[in-house]
This record gives sequence, C-alpha cells and structure tokens, in this order.
Amino acid sequence: MRTERNGLGGVFVVAEVRRSGIHSCTLELVSKARELADARGREVTAIVLRSPSEEPVEPLFRHGADRILLVEDERLGSLNAEVHSRIVAHLIGKGDAEIVLAPATTTGRTLLPAVAALIHTGLTADCTGLEIDAETGLLLQTRPAIGGNVIATIKTPDHLPQMATVRPKTFPVAPPQDRLGRVERPLLDESLFCTSVVCLGEESVEGEEVDIQGLDVIVSGGKGLKRPEGFRLLQELADLLEGAVGASRPTVEAKWISYPHQVGLSGKVVAPRIYLAAGISGAVQHLAGMQTAETIIAVNKDPEAPLFRVADVALCGDLYEILPRLIDAIRREKEERHD
Amino acid sequence: MKIAVLIKQVPDTDEVKMDPEKGTMIRDGVGSLINPLDLNALEAALFLKGERGGTVTVLSMGPPQAERALREGLALGADRAHLLSDRAFAGADTWATAKVLATLLEKTGPYDLVLAGEKATDGETGQVGPEVATLLGLPFATYVSRLSATDGGLEVRRTVEEGYQRLRLPYPCLATVLHDLNEPSMPTLAGKKRGRRAEVTRWGLSDLGLEETEVGLSGSPTRVVRIAHPKITRQTAFYGARDLDRGIAHVVALLKEKALLQGGGQA
Ligand SMILES: Cc1cc2nc3c(=O)[nH]c(=O)nc-3n(C[C@H](O)[C@H](O)[C@H](O)COP(=O)(O)OP(=O)(O)OC[C@H]3O[C@@H](n4cnc5c(N)ncnc54)[C@H](O)[C@@H]3O)c2cc1C
Repeated sequence: MRTERNGLGGVFVVAEVRRSGIHSCTLELVSKARELADARGREVTAIVLRSPSEEPVEPLFRHGADRILLVEDERLGSLNAEVHSRIVAHLIGKGDAEIVLAPATTTGRTLLPAVAALIHTGLTADCTGLEIDAETGLLLQTRPAIGGNVIATIKTPDHLPQMATVRPKTFPVAPPQDRLGRVERPLLDESLFCTSVVCLGEESVEGEEVDIQGLDVIVSGGKGLKRPEGFRLLQELADLLEGAVGASRPTVEAKWISYPHQVGLSGKVVAPRIYLAAGISGAVQHLAGMQTAETIIAVNKDPEAPLFRVADVALCGDLYEILPRLIDAIRREKEERHD
Repeated sequence: MKIAVLIKQVPDTDEVKMDPEKGTMIRDGVGSLINPLDLNALEAALFLKGERGGTVTVLSMGPPQAERALREGLALGADRAHLLSDRAFAGADTWATAKVLATLLEKTGPYDLVLAGEKATDGETGQVGPEVATLLGLPFATYVSRLSATDGGLEVRRTVEEGYQRLRLPYPCLATVLHDLNEPSMPTLAGKKRGRRAEVTRWGLSDLGLEETEVGLSGSPTRVVRIAHPKITRQTAFYGARDLDRGIAHVVALLKEKALLQGGGQA
C-alpha cells in the first residue's frame, strides 16, 4: 500500500525470456518505461530471470534501462509461476517500484496477477496506452474491453506499485542510444525457490509459428477457403510478407489449422500493422480479435460481407482468383526492388 | 476428489448487434450465459468426478440474476452451487473479485482442485484465477489445454507461445483452462429439472466475515477513470470484379508504404 511504499525506485520491467533469449517485446516495454520514468524523474530497472546464459543484456540499456537485476539460476529455465512471481514480488518490493510493466504474453499474464495478489496492488491487463497524468503523477492505463468496442482508462490511485501488462507490438522500440547501465546480481534467499510444482517437459510445436501475436502482418483464412489446402496459399502470402497465418474459428474446429492460429473472442486478439482476411465473413466474435489492426484488407466474394465494413481495402471476388494475383504482384514488386 | 469451478455470467455475444452509428455493442435485451471457457472448466471437473468420484461445486460472484448461470451448472451435473451476491461486492476489480472468491472457497472447502476459464469474454483480463490461487497460497497453472488427475497430482499441459509446457501440481491446486481442453456437453432434460430444483446457497458480505472496505469498489486498487466508445471509422476503398487490378495495386502500395516489402526477396 502507498503508506508503506513510496515508489522512489521508478519503473520496473519484467523481461520476457524465452528459450530463444530475451524477446523483443521486452525492448518495447523498456522504451516505454524510459518515457514514463523521465516524466517522473526516476530510473528504469529491468528484471531478467533466466537460467545461466551467455546472451548479452546490454541491448536493454541501449533502449532505456538504467539498471538490470539479473538472476541466473538453473531453476529459472522454465516458468514456475510460484517461484517467478515470488522473486519478482521480492525484487520490486525491495526496489520500491512505482510502476511495474510486463508483456501481456502467457508468461506475463500468469506472473503479474500472482505478483499483484502477493503484494496487494492493482493490475490492468492488456494495456494499449500508458501515460503519466500531468496533474497527479499517476499512471493512466488504457485498455480495450469487450473486443475493442470500449476503451477504458484505469488508474491505481492508492496502491503501489501501479502494474500493467502490455500487448506486444503496442509500443515501438526506441532507437538505440549509446548508453550503459549497471548490472546487479541480487542474492536471493533459498526460500524464494521453494516449490512443489514439477516441470515434466517442454515441447516446441514443430515447424509451426504458434506466436501470431507479435508479427507485423497476419493473413487469415475462413470457411470461404472451402478446403484445408487453402491455408497453403495463405502461408505462401504470409511467408512473402514475413507474417503469420491466422484463422476463423470454424476452420480451427474443422481441424484445417491448429488453435494457436485462431483470431477472435475465443482465440487471440491481434493488432498487426496489416490484417488480411480471406473468406471470413466478419462475425462480431471475429472482429473482436482484429478490429484494432492498423490496416485491414478483406477479400470476400459477398459484397455485403460485414468484414468489408471495417476494412480499409475491400477486394470483392473469388479469393482463389485474387490471392494468386496478389502474390504475383508482390513478387514482382520485390524483384524490382532487388534488381 | 472435491472440485470447485469458478464461473462467471457474461453477456451473450452471439446476440450482440453492433450499433452502426456509434460503433458500440447494443447490449439491451441481450441474454446472458456462462462464460464459454468456464464451461470447459466445468466439463473437465465433471469428467474428473466421473473418473475419480467426489463432488463438483460451482461458485460465482455477481448480481442476483447470476443464479441462472449457477443453475445451468447444476443442470450440467454440478452437485452444489454458491452465489456471492451483495451490493457491497459491486464494482469489484479483479483483486476484489479474487478476494471474495478466495474467501468463499475457504469457507466452503477444502477443495482438492479449483478450475476456472482462462479468461472471460467480457473483461478478458485472465487475472482472477492466478489471483485467487495466490491469495490461497495454491500452486496454479494457466492456459491449460490438457489435464489429467493422478494420485501424485494434477498433470497439465499449458499452451504457450513457443509450444507446450507440461507440469505436475500437487493437490490442492488451481488451473485455468482453454477452449481446446474438451467439448462441453449440453444439459439433459433430467439435468435441467434438477437444475431448477436444486439449492443455490446465497452469500453476502456478513456471511464472509469481510470488511466493506475489502470488497467491491472500495476494496479495488484500480479505478476506471473514463470509458470511451471509439468509433472505428475506416474509409473503405471498395474494389469489385472490374477494379481488381487497381485493388491489388492499392494493397501493394500500402505494403510498400509500410516498408513491409523489404525483406529477403527470395521470391
Ligand atoms: C462464444 C463464441 C465465440 C466465438 N469465437 C470466435 C473466434 O474467436 N473467432 C472466430 O473467428 N469466430 C468465433 N466465433 C464464431 C463466429 O460467430 C463465426 O461463426 C465465425 O467467425 C465465422 O467464420 P468464417 O467467417 O470463417 O465463416 P463464414 O461466416 O461461413 O464466412 C465465410 C465467408 O467466406 C466467403 N466466401 C466463400 N467462398 C469464397 C470465395 N471463394 N472467395 C472469397 N470469399 C468467399 C463468404 O462470402 C463468407 O463471407 C465464436 C462464436 C461464439 C458463439
């Protein structure tokens, strides 16, 4: 509570550490944290919990961190909600954090609620906007609700720290600066690692990009594909644009594609720079997952398709005619650039 | 095995229509139902009960009408139902909701397992499950897409960005589940009858022994400052059969403008 804490420790970011290393959404948060900390005249601290690794942490300094709290331990290689949340709660408490941010990934959305419960403070999920209120100095947290139809602004007036999870790709990564900071390796009490949960194993889903949320381009298909092979065409287009393939629910239910690709109310909420939907009608449940995309392109043979109403570009016709032509046009454009 | 399932009543988005003028959802006259993922949690609980015996209890916090959602749970096969309903609980954020649910679980428990949907379709925070677990000091797992009960504990598979993580949690524990865990059943006629008759226990603030300052809006660390209804206005450029060349050129130009055509070029 505010009475026991005063928040002089500034803005803390919980780094997203994956098997491949520190994920780029961490840099987005560090960049935003820098902005917030400057507005408050405070420091930015990044918390990195991982198994011993050679990966340098300096990029976090270049994008805005002043200090890195680095905890390396074999037992931190795989997420253990109990242990990780206890350590984060300990570090932000000891560091007297005013604001704590974590990415709204499966990890961040698991850890931060547990941290909030441990230290009794508020938490706002999936924020798409963060700013310091000039009058009160409080963090104003903006989040979409009910599938982006309502935007709520939330604050945590009487508790510290003020905590939020933030969707990846919400904030840009700031240009790198020539700056350094301090790496501290806090010594942690053995009791923090105490757990009764056993990790039985981890599997990557082979040959499949399951994480569609972090990409600039998503190319989605719906029932209008008519057959599962249609997704190959979409994959071809997605590969050209270094994007991911998304899907409407019926195609997932028909097992044309796996669940991690599902966009919508009961799937993923995405906000890519380009969302292309082919053969998707645009039911509210689907719109709920994609209508905040920067640009929406819809391909549908039905001129009345509801998705056209939220699209920036509507291509009306048979997707099996339009998509190959679009793929050709993109190839030609890319080749020209290459010559 | 004693299992508790946390359920939330949410507006039926299938019936929700969009207001074309304001760009908001029209909620008037819209029915409500059990949050879809909570049905997956209930289905899993009923399956485990069938396998290992025991009881399934459904719990919900909400307005008096939320009793309907609990009756639906009873119709589906839950043995007991508890409704937390009190004006003092109104306006609760996830923390204050978790506090009340955790207290009720303590009062009506002990349970070996608590299940809930990963998130609700209206609030979409996914925070209540982990917060309840942490307030009760229970080990927990989120994003569970497979689960089985063994004598040694609950074995789960979590679906995460990189693939899957498999965990074993000792009892008592809590898990929040995803839609691909199972296929929820429909209530039978006999079930519906039972659901209408069975008792739903009501709990108010004084029954929980909590202070008014710990619950509802006054127990919530967060405050909604304002609600905006953004009208997402997009100027749609429409291309029909005869304009498709121009339409495709428009898309390519957009990609170029956004610098999305620079990579590789290994076309
Ligand atoms: C609780 C709940 C949760 C839900 N969650 C989700 C969710 O997360 N995500 C989701 O997507 N849905 C969800 N739904 C389902 C949703 O209501 C719709 O049923 C679904 O989105 C429709 O999928 P679709 O657009 O692929 O199929 P359809 O509605 O059948 O649309 C197919 C479209 O393809 C077009 N088409 C057909 N042939 C062609 C062609 N050759 N070329 C071009 N266009 C063509 C048609 O004109 C049509 O518009 C949910 C529903 C409920 C009740």
